[in-house]
Amino acid sequence: MHDWVPILIMLGFATGFAAFNIGASKLIGPKHPTPEKLAPYECGMPPVGDARERHPVKFYLVAMIFLLFDIEVAFLYPWAMALRELRWVGFMQLIVFFAILLSGYVYVWRKGVLDWGRDRD
Amino acid sequence: MDTNAIIEALRGAIPDGSVEPAPAADGMPAIYIAREHLVDVCRALRDTPSLRFAFVPDMTAVDYLPREPRFEVVLHMASLGVPGFGDTAKRLRVKVRVPGNDPRLPTLSGVWPAMNWAEREVWDLFGIEFDGHPDMRRLLMPDDWEGFPARKDYPVQISMTPKVYEPLQLTPEEFVANLQADRDRARQD
Amino acid sequence: MADFPDIPVLTTTVEKMANWARRSSIWPVTFGLACCAIEMMAMSASRYDIARFGAEVFRGSPRQSDLMIVAGRLSRKMAPVLRRIYDQMPEPKYVISMGACASIGGVFDNYALVQGVDQIVPVDVFVPGCPPRPESLIYGIVQLQKKIDQMKLTA
Repeated sequence: MHDWVPILIMLGFATGFAAFNIGASKLIGPKHPTPEKLAPYECGMPPVGDARERHPVKFYLVAMIFLLFDIEVAFLYPWAMALRELRWVGFMQLIVFFAILLSGYVYVWRKGVLDWGRDRD
Repeated sequence: MDTNAIIEALRGAIPDGSVEPAPAADGMPAIYIAREHLVDVCRALRDTPSLRFAFVPDMTAVDYLPREPRFEVVLHMASLGVPGFGDTAKRLRVKVRVPGNDPRLPTLSGVWPAMNWAEREVWDLFGIEFDGHPDMRRLLMPDDWEGFPARKDYPVQISMTPKVYEPLQLTPEEFVANLQADRDRARQD
Repeated sequence: MADFPDIPVLTTTVEKMANWARRSSIWPVTFGLACCAIEMMAMSASRYDIARFGAEVFRGSPRQSDLMIVAGRLSRKMAPVLRRIYDQMPEPKYVISMGACASIGGVFDNYALVQGVDQIVPVDVFVPGCPPRPESLIYGIVQLQKKIDQMKLTA
């Protein structure tokens, strides 16, 4: 247990530093809010309409797909370190893992998640 | 191609007497076009297979105040000279005389869409109206400016406090209404 | 700051510390309007580096900057934009009017330009020149740093 105490001290320092800076800004920082200062920033022009608009869902989809494949690659690193002990069995297990994710990739591809831009018909 | 060759290439596609050669100090081919036939001649310039002036980078105007006709609208056009689309690269300067008591011209934005903003600029600075323009409002000066600054009788130095207020938030309907108000103000001036 | 030679300790006031921190990390907001912007870019490049004076980055957003260097001609149509960007900077904020056009209208005394941006925003340092050399602008920033040193914390 006492191996983890330095980690806790480190966490305490980090939180304390952040809290001190935010607190000091609140105490000695100037506070003069005006309507112009709080207005949304649109490069100096008057902003038109609401900022919360609907966004295309393809951004969310690409982010999710990236996350999954990133985790898959992250699994590759310890497997590569231990491959010599794992031998052929470990290799085949990884092939099975990859095949499952590959079928998911083919599904995503065929569903059109990776097609951005206008349809050129 | 020099000026006479260009006028020869146009013969048959345009009414007689609508173009004449213009003197140019730098040797660029230049023609005067009569105001009434402007759109037809420009369409012929754009479509004649040996000419194909598809690229019009600029339209501007000149104010010769004591002289009548007062304005001359000047277009520069270029043909890129791709084989099958004009063959040789060439340039042309087109001038149209516009009288000061009736400063109007037909719009060229139907012939070259790039003329849309160029005509807005000429109207904004010189006051030459373009009949049939889809979106006539000020381009360079602020939207509620009065007067046409590039005319010779407009003062250069003015003292006016600059406007620094703008609304904090606009709805899309207000934005569109402001654009339409600018167009209406342009029609009345 | 006071220095005790026997004890390795310096003392100072909070005001001096705050002013030192503020003047050593002035981040400009990008407001290059015309030709003076080229000299401003030259100043921020490697030969006349202003990062060594604390102006490390030119922030794109006024909300993250303290200094507005108005570099170039301000046209009448741009005046509300300048005012809005200035309003959206948090205090403490400073303005350097760079070049002749921003200070007094420059060579252009006409209908299109504002004859001096101090009609729109309060200016701290005027830097003359057309355009001012990067060394001039650095001198202006150093003068601004000296001005910040004399500011009161409770204002």
